[in-house]
Amino acid sequence: MSELSERVAIVTGGASGIGAASARLLQDAGATVVVADIQEAKDGVGRFVTHDVTSEASWKALLADVLEREGRLDIVVNNAGVSGGTGNVETTTVEEWQRVQAINSEGVFLGCKYAIEGMKKTGPRKPECKGSIVNISSIAGLISGAGPLAYTASKGAVRLLTKSVALHCAEKKYAIRCNSVHPGGVDTAIFNPLWQAVGHEQGKAFIGARHPIGRMAEPPEVGEVVLWLASDRSSFVTGAEIVADGGITSGLMRRLPLAAP
Amino acid sequence: MPRLENKVVLVSGGASGIGAATARLVLREGGKAVIADRDEEKGRALANELGASALFLPLDVTHEADWQKAVTGTVEKFGGLHGLLNAAGVGAGGDIESCTLQDYRRVNDINSLGTFLGCKAVIPAMKQSGGGSIVNISSVLGLRGAPYAAAYCASKGAVRLFTKHVALHCAQMKYNIRCNSVHPGYIETPMIEGRLSQTIGNMSGRQWLEELHPIGRLGQADEVANMILFLLSHESSFSTGVEFVCDGGLTA
Repeated sequence: MSELSERVAIVTGGASGIGAASARLLQDAGATVVVADIQEAKDGVGRFVTHDVTSEASWKALLADVLEREGRLDIVVNNAGVSGGTGNVETTTVEEWQRVQAINSEGVFLGCKYAIEGMKKTGPRKPECKGSIVNISSIAGLISGAGPLAYTASKGAVRLLTKSVALHCAEKKYAIRCNSVHPGGVDTAIFNPLWQAVGHEQGKAFIGARHPIGRMAEPPEVGEVVLWLASDRSSFVTGAEIVADGGITSGLMRRLPLAAP
Repeated sequence: MPRLENKVVLVSGGASGIGAATARLVLREGGKAVIADRDEEKGRALANELGASALFLPLDVTHEADWQKAVTGTVEKFGGLHGLLNAAGVGAGGDIESCTLQDYRRVNDINSLGTFLGCKAVIPAMKQSGGGSIVNISSVLGLRGAPYAAAYCASKGAVRLFTKHVALHCAQMKYNIRCNSVHPGYIETPMIEGRLSQTIGNMSGRQWLEELHPIGRLGQADEVANMILFLLSHESSFSTGVEFVCDGGLTA
């Protein structure tokens, strides 16, 4: 029997990037995976459900569907997110701000809320089998210079929201943990504007050079962190910030560009 | 020499609490204060009490047009703008299960969007005034989580991080504008009045909150205002993008 067999996981934004890599790793570890994304998944991991993280109705429908089809809920990875352009404090509009917060911050808020509802309803399958919520923040939730203004605000929100959720679940003795993951630069579609501007290889080298480790991450390198947090191997870890950033926040930072070079 | 001589400081949420305490301190140190608040009655009363170096302007921090008017009104009255204190905020209780999406949005709109719009609105006027200092009120709950305050934690985490963005942006653009966040513990202001009268277990809300702080009491608005004064003044000229904590040891 594999480590996560009998467990059901929802991965938002699971059609690409960190979400897709996490979905695959969770499935390889034995979990039944539901990929929830606004765009259709191509590689056929798990069961795909069209889902808009900003819509409460969409969350209600997703939860009802998963509880009916898969019968339970153990793991939710709140991964869906957007970079939201390149706006700085002077150029970001209220509309741009609100769009980014709706996806990156409100989307994670709703994800935590409905994760708890689903996990409470179905309960731990076995005493040692616990619920886990994994929220994807960013190094932009830890330091400045790593993203546009609205993105930075949203990732700071996710970082602290995660702690509130973790403590609430601990206090209520729900056996649900909640942690945030803070990746550095990962080769995903979030960098598409940069790839389009300077080309994929050149862009990757440019961002990579700003990490002490000298390169960008591949999505599975963050997926492994998600898998660890989703599994009981991290059973005493809750409300924590797990950083996977090639060393970027460890010292004097070689800053990521606020805009494409 | 007064520490803010001829400096003009715009204070959102200036009618009460930390904002009002700061407005008073700004005047005591030789500056001018614009009290910007949704509460017209309280705001006007304070401005009248403080006299010619103070001005009240109505401000809903979630409206960009209000911010434009507040900045224009400030410059028209006092001839420049050197300091901004983003003190307007709401403290909403509610854990992740009881907090509705509406609650979440409201708290984030006032505390987070409102502070962003303040930063955005003052930059041009500060540039024209030769530079300035922006102080954003975050909270200890922007540093640590609290189970009963999901939306509030998120909003203050956002302020904590985008403060750094504003600091870095202004530094890169050589605007001579600094931006820092202040993280108060529980301060005796109207915001926490509701919590003080609650009962938590066999303790009053006040006792419960006091015991959170190693120093054994709640903070006073003046104690936070003193830290803000330092940040508004030239004394803090090499500090930008930093978290200043004023919490009686709560996060220690």
